[in-house]
Amino acid sequence: MDTRQIDTVIEKYGANPSETIGILMDVQEKESYLPKEVLEHISNKLGVPVTHLYRIATFYEALSLKPTGRHQIHVCMGTACHVRGAQKILDKLERDLGIKAGETTPDLEIGLKTVNCVGACALGPLAVLDGEYHGSINTTKANKLLKKLGRKVEETEETETE
Amino acid sequence: MVTITIDGKQIKTEEGQNVLQVALDNGINIPHLCYHENLSFYGGCRLCLVEVTKANRTRLTASCTYPALEGITVETNTENVKKARRLVMEMILPMAPDSPKLQALASELGITEPRFHYEDPDGCINCGLCVRACEELVSANAITLANRGDTRSIEPPFQEEPLACIGCAACLYVCPTDCIKMEEKGNERRIVRWERKLEMKTCANCKRHFMPLAQIEFAMHKVREPLDAGWFDNCPDCR
Amino acid sequence: MRRLNSAAELEDLRKEVLAKRDPQRPCVTVCAGTGCQAYASQNVYNAFKEEIASRGLTGKVDLRGTGCHGFCEQGPLVVILPSEICYRRVQPEDASEIISDTVLENKVIDRLLYVDPVSNEKIVKESDIPFYKHQERIVFGQNRFIDPHNIEDYLALGGYRALAKALTEMTPEQVLEEVKKANLRGRGGGGFPAGEKWEVTRNAPEKKKYVIVNADEGDPGAYMDRSLLEGNPHCVLEGLMIGAYAIGSDEGFVYVRQEYPLAVQNLTAAIKQARELGLIGKNIFGTSFSFDVTIQRGAGAFVSGESSALMSAIEGRVGEPRPKHIPTAIKGIWDKPSNLNNVETFANVPFIIDRGADWFRSIGNENSKGTKIFSLVGKVNNTGLVEVPMGITLRKIIFDIGGGIRGGKKFKAVQTGGPSGGCIPEEYLDTEVDFDRLTELGSMMGSGGMIVMDEDNCMVDVAKYFMNFLKDESCGKCTTCREGTKRIYEILDGMTKGEGKEGDIELLEDLSWVTVNASLCALGGTAPNPVTGTLRYFRDEYEKHIKDKNCPAKVCKGLITYTIDQEKCTGCGRCQKNCPEDVVEGELKSPMTINTERCIRCGVCLDVCRFDAVLVE
Repeated sequence: MDTRQIDTVIEKYGANPSETIGILMDVQEKESYLPKEVLEHISNKLGVPVTHLYRIATFYEALSLKPTGRHQIHVCMGTACHVRGAQKILDKLERDLGIKAGETTPDLEIGLKTVNCVGACALGPLAVLDGEYHGSINTTKANKLLKKLGRKVEETEETETE
Repeated sequence: MVTITIDGKQIKTEEGQNVLQVALDNGINIPHLCYHENLSFYGGCRLCLVEVTKANRTRLTASCTYPALEGITVETNTENVKKARRLVMEMILPMAPDSPKLQALASELGITEPRFHYEDPDGCINCGLCVRACEELVSANAITLANRGDTRSIEPPFQEEPLACIGCAACLYVCPTDCIKMEEKGNERRIVRWERKLEMKTCANCKRHFMPLAQIEFAMHKVREPLDAGWFDNCPDCR
Repeated sequence: MRRLNSAAELEDLRKEVLAKRDPQRPCVTVCAGTGCQAYASQNVYNAFKEEIASRGLTGKVDLRGTGCHGFCEQGPLVVILPSEICYRRVQPEDASEIISDTVLENKVIDRLLYVDPVSNEKIVKESDIPFYKHQERIVFGQNRFIDPHNIEDYLALGGYRALAKALTEMTPEQVLEEVKKANLRGRGGGGFPAGEKWEVTRNAPEKKKYVIVNADEGDPGAYMDRSLLEGNPHCVLEGLMIGAYAIGSDEGFVYVRQEYPLAVQNLTAAIKQARELGLIGKNIFGTSFSFDVTIQRGAGAFVSGESSALMSAIEGRVGEPRPKHIPTAIKGIWDKPSNLNNVETFANVPFIIDRGADWFRSIGNENSKGTKIFSLVGKVNNTGLVEVPMGITLRKIIFDIGGGIRGGKKFKAVQTGGPSGGCIPEEYLDTEVDFDRLTELGSMMGSGGMIVMDEDNCMVDVAKYFMNFLKDESCGKCTTCREGTKRIYEILDGMTKGEGKEGDIELLEDLSWVTVNASLCALGGTAPNPVTGTLRYFRDEYEKHIKDKNCPAKVCKGLITYTIDQEKCTGCGRCQKNCPEDVVEGELKSPMTINTERCIRCGVCLDVCRFDAVLVE
C-alpha cells in the first residue's frame, strides 16, 4: 500500500466524509482493489468507522475487496443483450475460463464480471475487454477474445462467417 | 400534540412519534421484529405492517417508520394486514426455523408449514438490531450490514474477528432469534457468531471473571471524568 | 476566454462564433458516441484529420467529432454537411475517398450508403433514412451538430439563450409557470409533472435548496440519458440552471453512474468551459443569480437511482432508500429541500423557455406533451435511439422507424419501462405511446427502454431475467423485497428447468402482491411487474411450462433438446470441435449425433453450424 497515493486522493476530496464513495472509487482505480489496510487507513484519515467503509465497499458493484484480474472481461447482461443471447456468451466464458462471473482466474490474469447494461444496446450482445467494447459477440468472437488474452481455446478452424 | 386513530381508538400523541410505539404505549399489540424503542427505526422486517389512511388514501405501510400525523387513521388488523403479515412471516420463518419467538409469532398468524425453505439457515433474519445496538448504544462499530440483495448479511468487516468488539453482549441481548451466542470458559469470553475471543477481568476480591478487558478499556476511554485507577479491580458486587 | 456579464454579451459572442462559420463550408461530422466509438470511430476521425491536413484543406473543410446520432447499429456514422450525405460503417481507409469524391466533388460513394432492409433502396441523405424520417428530433437532434468539447458549437445553435431569457426577462415564478403550463412530465420513470415538483421545493421553508440531475440511468436496455449527457452536456446544464433559478437553488449535483466514463469526461469539460464564460458561477449575466454544480459518480447500484437512495449516496452513505413520509422535495440532501429530475427532463427545459410552453404543448397528445427519446433495441432491424412525439403508436416506432423484426421473424412483445415495466403484446401495437396508456397496459414509460422481442423469446425466461436482476439489485433491507424477489426468481427458475408444479402461478401472485404492497421503496413496489405483466398477457406460456413441460419459444434449457438433422449435416465436425462437453458423436464427413443425456444445452453447436443442421425441440 502506498499511503502517499491514497492521501493524495483523500486530499483531492478535502478529506470530506461525504465524498467517501468517490474516494473509494479513485483509490480502487489506483490499487485495483480495496485491501483491508487501505480501508483502515482511509477510516483513520476520514474519521469514518471501518464498518461504514466496508458496508459501502460490499454494496457497490464498482468496488471490490478482492484483487481483480490484470484483464477485465465484463459481459453486458442488459435486457437488449439478454434477448439476443448474452447468457450463452457468459456461460461459454465461464466454462472456458473455469470461473464464475465475479471471480478472477487463479493466476490473477483475467477477471470475469457481468454488468447490468453498459448503454450500448444496439451492439448487443456485448462484452467489454479492458474498457474496449466488443459488439455482436458470438461463440467465434468470444474465442477470439480469449485468444487475445493468451488463453487456449478449442476453436473453430476459420473465423467468422458474417 | 396530534390526534390519531388506531383501531377506532382516538389517541393524543406527540407529532412525529412512530405509530408502532404509539400503539404499543396504548396497549395495542402489533407484531414486530426489527424495532426497538431505544434504537433508530429501520423498517426492514415489514412485520409491523398496518393500513394507514391519510387524506382519503389508504395503504399498507410499516408502522415503525410511519410518523404520527394529525388526523391519520390506522387499522392494525384488516384482512389485507393479516394476509401481508402472514406472507411476510412465511418468508422470515425459514431463516430462523428453530427460534421459539418466531415459531410462536408464526403460529399466531396461522402458519403451519411455510412454503419456502433454506438449506442451511443460520438464524439471522437481517433485522439489523445488533448492528444498531453496537453502533448507536455502544458505539463500538464492530459489526455491519454487508452486501445487497439476496446476499445481504450482517458480519464483522472482512469477516474476521472484530477487534473493535468489546464483548459487551448488547447484540445478543437485542437479537430476536437468539442467533448470537456467547460462551464463557475460565477467563475467556467468546461471542460465537463474530468469532470474537476476549480475556475477562478477574475480580480481586471474589475472583469472578466479570467483564472483558476490552470493555473496561473502552469504558475508561469513553467516560468524561477519569475514574479511579482501581475502579475496575473489583466486580460490581464487591465494589 | 472572457466572462459574459450580460445577456447582450452572450449575443455578441454568438454573433462572433457564427461570423467565423460559413454554413456552406463542408463539414465532415464523425459520430463519437459510445456506440460508434465501440466500432473504433476515433480511428475514422483521426484518418479524416490527417487527410484534411495533408491535402492542405485545413480551414476549407471542417471536421467535427459529435455526440451520438442515434443509429448506433450502423456505426461508425459519418455525415457530410451541408449536403447531409450519410455514410455508415465507415472505416479509416474510406476517409481519403470521402474527402476527394464527396467533399470536394460532391460525388456520392455508393457502397457506404445505407440500404433500407425493407425496400432494398440505397439512401443518400440522413433525413431520408426511414429510421430518421419518422422521428421528431428536438432534444436529441442537436447532438449531431455539436462537438461536446466545444461550447461554441452549442452557442452557435442558440445555446444558453434560454438561460439568459429566464434570468434577465423572467421572474422565477414566471419560469415555473411556463414549465407547469408546458406540462413537462418527468422523463425518468413515473411521469410526475416537473413544474409541480419544482414548486414543492421552491415553497419549502428552508432557504438552502439543492437541484440534482439523475443520470444514474440504471434500466438495462436504455441509454438515452447517456447519449444526451455525452453528446450535449451544455443543454442538460442549461436546463438544470433554469430549474435552479425557478426553484431558488444555488447549488446542484449531477449524479452519473461510473459505467459512463465518457459522460463524466464530457460533462467535466462542459462545466469548465461554462465556468470560464461565467455561465456557471457568481452573478450569472450580471444578475443576482449564482450557481455551482458538482459531478458525483455512482459506484454501481440500480437502487441508487431511487431519489432518497441517490441523496444518501450524495451524502457519502450507502445508497439505500429511506422512508419518504416527508418527500425529498422538502427534506432531501442533508435534510434540505432537494429537487431531482432526470437528464432528459432537464434537457427539455431550455426548449420550453426558448420557444414557449405553447410550442411544447403543440407536440404530443392530450396528457403527454413534447417528445420522448426511446432506446429501440432487441430484435428490430434498426436499433438505436429515436426521438418521437408522445402519442405515436408502438407500431410506428417498431415497424416504420425500427424497420420491423429481424430475419423475418414474428413480433411477440415489446418490453417497456425497464425492470419495473412490462411486456406489451401484438394486439396493443396500435396503442398511443404516452405515460398513461402504457401504465394502463400494465407497463410504464420508465426512462424509455423499448426492447423488442420476437417469437424466439420466452416470456417466462424474460420474467426470470428481470427477477434475477432485481434480486441482485434490491438493497436487501425489506424482507418482502429481498426474500420476495428471491423466491419469485426461484419459482421461475424451477419452471424453466421443468420443475414447475401446480399452484406455482398462484404462489407467484401471492408473492407479487405482498412485495408490491409491503416494501418500502419503488424498487420493491414495482419489482414483481415483470411477472404480473407477463402473466397478464402470456399466462398460457406459463401453463405450458408447468403442465406440458414445454417451452414454446425453445429457450428454457431444461425443456429443450438439441439434435442434428441427419439430412442437412455434412459431417464437417465444426460442432464436434466446439462442443465443450464432447457430446457430439460420429465420424467426420458423415452426419453426427448429439448424446442428449450428457448434453448441457449450451447451444454452441447451433451457433457454429453453417448448415442449419442443429435442431432445437
